[in-house]
Amino acid sequence: MIETNDLSKQFNDFHAVDGVNLSVPAGQILALLGQNGAGKTTTVRMLTALLKPTRGSARVAGYDVARNGDDVRASVGVLTEHHGLYMRMSAWEYMDFFGQVYHLDPSLRKTRAENLLEYFGLAEAAKRRIGEYSKGMRQKLALARAMMHEPSVLLLDEPTSAMDPESARLVRDEIARLKSTQRTIMLCSHNLTEVELLADKIAIIYRGKILIQGSLNELKQNVLGSPEYSVRFASEWDASGLELPQGMELLEKTATSLKVRVDAPQVSNPQLLQRLASISVPVVAFQEEVRTLEQVYLKVMAAAKGKEYVQ
Amino acid sequence: MFNKLRPVWLVARRELRDQLRDWRVLMPMLILTLCFPYLMNEFARQTADFLNSFDANLVLDRLVPFSILIIGFFPITISLVVALESFVGEKERGTIEPLLTAPFDDWQLYFGKLLVGVITPLLASYTSIGLYLLLASQQGLELPKASVMLQLMLLTTAHAFLMVSAAIVISVQSTSVKAANLLASFIVIPVALLMQGEAVLLFWGNESVLWLAILGVVIIALLLIRVGIAHFEREYLLGREIDTLNFKWMVKTFWASFSEGAANVAQWYGKAFASSFRRAMPAMLLMVLLAVAAAWFSYDWVVINIAGTLSAASAEDLVELEESIGGLPDLSSLGEQRMDAPFLFLNNTRVMAIIFLAGLASFSVLGVLIYIINVSLIGGVYGVLELLGVAPLPIFLAGVLPHGIFELPALLVGSAVVLYIGAALVTPQTGKSMSEVLIELMADWAKIFIGLVVPFLALAAVIEAYITPIFLAGVIAR
Repeated sequence: MIETNDLSKQFNDFHAVDGVNLSVPAGQILALLGQNGAGKTTTVRMLTALLKPTRGSARVAGYDVARNGDDVRASVGVLTEHHGLYMRMSAWEYMDFFGQVYHLDPSLRKTRAENLLEYFGLAEAAKRRIGEYSKGMRQKLALARAMMHEPSVLLLDEPTSAMDPESARLVRDEIARLKSTQRTIMLCSHNLTEVELLADKIAIIYRGKILIQGSLNELKQNVLGSPEYSVRFASEWDASGLELPQGMELLEKTATSLKVRVDAPQVSNPQLLQRLASISVPVVAFQEEVRTLEQVYLKVMAAAKGKEYVQ
Repeated sequence: MFNKLRPVWLVARRELRDQLRDWRVLMPMLILTLCFPYLMNEFARQTADFLNSFDANLVLDRLVPFSILIIGFFPITISLVVALESFVGEKERGTIEPLLTAPFDDWQLYFGKLLVGVITPLLASYTSIGLYLLLASQQGLELPKASVMLQLMLLTTAHAFLMVSAAIVISVQSTSVKAANLLASFIVIPVALLMQGEAVLLFWGNESVLWLAILGVVIIALLLIRVGIAHFEREYLLGREIDTLNFKWMVKTFWASFSEGAANVAQWYGKAFASSFRRAMPAMLLMVLLAVAAAWFSYDWVVINIAGTLSAASAEDLVELEESIGGLPDLSSLGEQRMDAPFLFLNNTRVMAIIFLAGLASFSVLGVLIYIINVSLIGGVYGVLELLGVAPLPIFLAGVLPHGIFELPALLVGSAVVLYIGAALVTPQTGKSMSEVLIELMADWAKIFIGLVVPFLALAAVIEAYITPIFLAGVIAR
């Protein structure tokens, strides 16, 4: 698990991270979103005990990052912004080196390296120098290295950047599998679709401060308001006489459609459909309006910058 | 213990493997290792022929050891390249972060890098020396005796550790390989001077002095390693400090540390000066002990050795000694011949500045050495006076004590601050960058120097110029 309390880092007069409070239990994925330079990397570096917090505290896998640096580093697998691959080594040597770094015995190193290289489709190129690898292959190898010691906490910075769609899918599947094995994962990404697919919890950081955090639905609810639904009719119908159920607000009305905002869809939606059916309105579609994480993110960022959000 | 050293070897072995795959490291090393002994051998042969024609056997005797020193040094220069980019190079290539996230202690990473910096160059160096010895023996040149050979091998090894440990300190503190290379002149210039000094010692042929030189190089290398470990922090390698000199920040930091917010001189003495003085107190106590020991040993040495030399001296030598003593100024006229106070003040201030600079360049070792030499003179002169049959105590009470009351504490405190700076540099200072630590230490020195050393030296100079000669003349007249 990851737990931070008022975690802060100051470089001279610059507040890189300012009072961050996060909590990620085992078996969950937290996505940390933010612009470049917002404080994501500094947060990750504090969580890997590379940087000392100037204020506050953090516990990773049960260890205090300020006091038990070595234990924290032994429990964490990190995929850094730069892959950090040694170009004159082969993938096999590289995996073996990091296996030794994490004190794995030779047979376990061999098995794990074989399995991971096989899984990421690098087995055939395992004896080639990393310098000859493509960007995507390097990314996959860096990710394999982060998983080599089967850490209980994974901190992944842009895990699928530079990858082809097939490889990106492979990595997403692996992250989902790791989550199911009760690992704690923190994901820093600009790929919002990927975050929507993977994250249990999302936090948006801006100038070192967490602006908002919660599940995707919570963020949508808090930032974009209650969900919106549209109703489409088979033919023109005058809805002016329609009485909407309580907690439902009319947003838009055309000759063949309605758009409503609903506070409690599980209660109000069946009521609306019942009323429409009772007066024999030919409904052909009733669907929730798609609201993306991108909309949430852009709206939060616009508010933080004091700008107006344009959808 | 083995488990603790395992990561050291792991880091070193990976990088060694990397080096052996890099032709840019291998080629110069091979050329220097294999070609240079042949060139040096040819040079030695030509020189031997030339010297033989003049019967200059002394120079000839020293030629082979000197050649070995040079041959051993050239492959070591590669270590500088390897070590300079050890941390900062990895940082530039982005490979440092995965390594830093490994569950290693800082010292394990540090020693891994140190080891890899010295292993290959030293192996090349030893090979080169071996090859040269083989060629020299085939030439019929006389090879150095075992003790000299041991000295040369130790010097070569110490040079490697000295350069690598200094390069790693630079590598950790730099943010780019370019900046590290520019800073390398701070290693190359002192080492070049050191080599010249060692060459002089070799030609002088004084083995015991060369042992002391080796000891000095080893101590400096060990202190540099200690500095490297003391100031090695993962955070520095990922921090946001930049290489450009920020004079504004430097002046601000220095002034904050120098003034400590004092509004007037009294406050400054009570707060800023007192805090630095307190910090240097343990060093001062150590300097007092050193002074007592140095004065006693020099007195003892003079009494034992000079007495023996005098009793064994021939009548001719004694006449010569008498003549040279007769050449000294007339001590009885000291009362009238006053020395210039500003000259005395400037001279003593210069000595203090030299102690500071020498100490700064050697983590206080050379500064303390100069202090010991100065204090030893007192014991030595005391012993000489006793041997000459003059009662030394009245001479000392009249000739040293009046101005010594101020001069000796100034020398002691000024040197103690230099020792304190050296000790602070090799002590871990968490939460501060090395430049910050250095500026604060400079402020400590400036506070003691301006607040105590300079006023005391000024007072001592006035007393020495106007009061001491009167006392001394009175004692000598009696």
